[in-house]
Amino acid sequence: MGKYFDMLREDVRIREGLTACMNCGVCTGVCPAAEFYNYDPRQIVTAVQTQDDDTIEALLKSDTIWYCGECMSCRPRCPRGNTPGYVIQGLRTLSQRLGFFVESEKGRQQLALKRTVGESILATGYCVHPKLVDPDLHPEQGPVWRWIHDNDQGVFERFSENYQREGVGAVRRIDDETLGELHRIFEVSGGQAFFDNIEAHSERKAQEMGLEHADENYMKMVYTTNSGNHQ
Amino acid sequence: MKRNSWQEYQKHVADDRYYYARSCIRQNFFPGSEAAFLNIMRNDLGRDVHEDANHTSCTGIGYHSDIVPLETIMTVVARQFALMTEAGYENFISSCITSFGIYNEILATWAEFPETEERTREYLYKATGREFNKPRHIAHTSDVVFHHREAIRARAARLLVNAATGEPLRVVEHIGCHYAKIFPKSGIGGAEFPYVLAGMIESWGGEVVDYPERRHCCGFGFRNYLVQANRGYSVANSQRKLASMAPYKPDFIVANCPGCAMFLDRWQYTIAEMEGTTYGADGRGIPVLTYEEMAGLVLGYDPWELGMQMHQVDVEPLLDKMGVKYDPSAKYLGKNGKYIGQPAEALVNSGCSGATIL
Repeated sequence: MGKYFDMLREDVRIREGLTACMNCGVCTGVCPAAEFYNYDPRQIVTAVQTQDDDTIEALLKSDTIWYCGECMSCRPRCPRGNTPGYVIQGLRTLSQRLGFFVESEKGRQQLALKRTVGESILATGYCVHPKLVDPDLHPEQGPVWRWIHDNDQGVFERFSENYQREGVGAVRRIDDETLGELHRIFEVSGGQAFFDNIEAHSERKAQEMGLEHADENYMKMVYTTNSGNHQ
Repeated sequence: MKRNSWQEYQKHVADDRYYYARSCIRQNFFPGSEAAFLNIMRNDLGRDVHEDANHTSCTGIGYHSDIVPLETIMTVVARQFALMTEAGYENFISSCITSFGIYNEILATWAEFPETEERTREYLYKATGREFNKPRHIAHTSDVVFHHREAIRARAARLLVNAATGEPLRVVEHIGCHYAKIFPKSGIGGAEFPYVLAGMIESWGGEVVDYPERRHCCGFGFRNYLVQANRGYSVANSQRKLASMAPYKPDFIVANCPGCAMFLDRWQYTIAEMEGTTYGADGRGIPVLTYEEMAGLVLGYDPWELGMQMHQVDVEPLLDKMGVKYDPSAKYLGKNGKYIGQPAEALVNSGCSGATIL
C-alpha cells in the first residue's frame, strides 16, 4: 500500500466508507455536486482504490475533493455499502493535516470556514449566530433577514426569554464556564491544533502568493474568488 | 416498490421525559418554532421536556465543513450526553437534522469501533471531569411530533384544509438529507419513503404532493453555501427542486430540517430577484413552514407568535386559505407590542407583471 492510503486507513470513516467499489456510478447519478460541478464521486473512489501515492497526492491537492456538499445522498444508494461522502471527509481531513489544501482554490477556502464558523463556535458556542449572518455578506438572505438582523433584540425577545443573556432559551448567551469546557475539549481532542494548522499553512501560502500575510484581505479573497473553472 | 414499505422502517419514539438540545440554525432563523415545540409538548400535551442552559452547538456545521475533526465533535457530543445523564434523562431529542445525523453517526461509530468511544471518554474526562451514559433513545423533534400527531389532531382548532372549498391543502414535504440518508433505520420510513412529515400531513387533513425531485437535497451543501464563492451550487440545487414541485401547485412546503426551511424560503427570493421567476400558483412564492409552525396552526396558535413573520416568503395567502384569523398590524411588533419597523418589499411577495410563473 502507498503511504497516503495507509494514512487514510487510519480514519475510521475510510474504513467504514470504502470496501471494494465496482464502479457502477450510482453515487454519481444521485449526487447534487455532480449535477453542478465537473465532479464524479465514482472517480474519486476509483482513484483512492488505486492506493497509488502520486494519484492520491494529486487528489489531495485538487479542487475536486472540495466540491462535495456532504449531503450523503450516495450512502443509502451504493449496492456495495460504500459511502463516497465518508471517503471525501477522510481525504479533506488528510489534505488539511498535510497542508495540501492550500494548493487549490476551493481548498484554500478552509481558512474562511475556520475564521467564520470555527471562530463562532469558540466565541459563542454556536456554529451560526445572528450577528455572523451579516446581510452585506449574505445578500441572498433578503430584506426580511436584514430587518431581523438590524432589530435583533426586538425580534428575538418575542420568542426567547434570554436572548443574548445567560439562562435557557433561543440564542441565549452561553456562559464562560461552558465555553471554557468547550475550549478545553478543542485543546484535548486536537480541534484547536487543527485550526492552528489551517492558519499556519494559509500563512505560508499567502506569502508564496506574494502577499504579506494570511490577513483579512487574503481571507476575503479566498471567501469570494471563483475562477469559473469548476463546471 | 410498494408505497407502504415505509412501515418496515419503524422506530421506537419515547412518549415522555425528553432532554432537549436546541439547533444553531433553528434558534437563529426560527426561534418561534422552538418556542412552539416546547409549548405544544408541555402545555398542550403535558410532557416533560428538559431545557439545559449548558449545552452548546454539537459543532456539526463545522464538522461537515471539515474544520472540526471527528475526535473533537465526538467529545462535544459526549459532553451533551453527560449533561443529559447528570439531569437524570435518557431520551435525547435534537431540534436539528444535522445534529440528529451526527448523534446517530457517533453512536454507530462507537459501536463499530469501540476504541473511539474509549478515547472519547478519556478526552471528555480530561477536558471537563464529566462522564456519560449513552441515551436510551435518540429522536429528532419531528419524530416526537409525529409520535403525538393523533393527540394533536384531537386538539385541533383547524385542519390543513382550504376553508373556502373544503378541499385538503396540497403539501410538499421536504425531509432533509441527514434525517435518513445516513442511517435509514433511524428515520421513520427510512431513506426511500420517509413518513415523518407525511404522517403529520395525513393525520391533520392535508394531501401530500409527490413530485420528481422529492428526495433531492435542498442545496445547502455546507461549504457550498457557507463560502460566498460557492453559493451557485446551493441556489442551483434549490432551483431544481422548486421547478420540479411547481407544476403540482403546492399550497405550502413543510421542512423537517431548519436549514432546508431557510434555504427553500430564501432562494425563492433570490431567484425572483435574479431572473423574475416565482414558483407559487398565485405568482408569488410558495410559503415554507417548519413542522412546528404547521402543528401550531393546527392547534390554533397565532402565526406571529409562531414567528412566521421571520420568513422571506409571506405566509398570509396560506393563512387566508386556511381561514386563520390574524392581525396584520401585529406582524412586525417586537416584545411588549412595540413597532420596530418592517422589511423592504420583495418581488417574491408582491409578484410582478413580468414574472415567469413555473
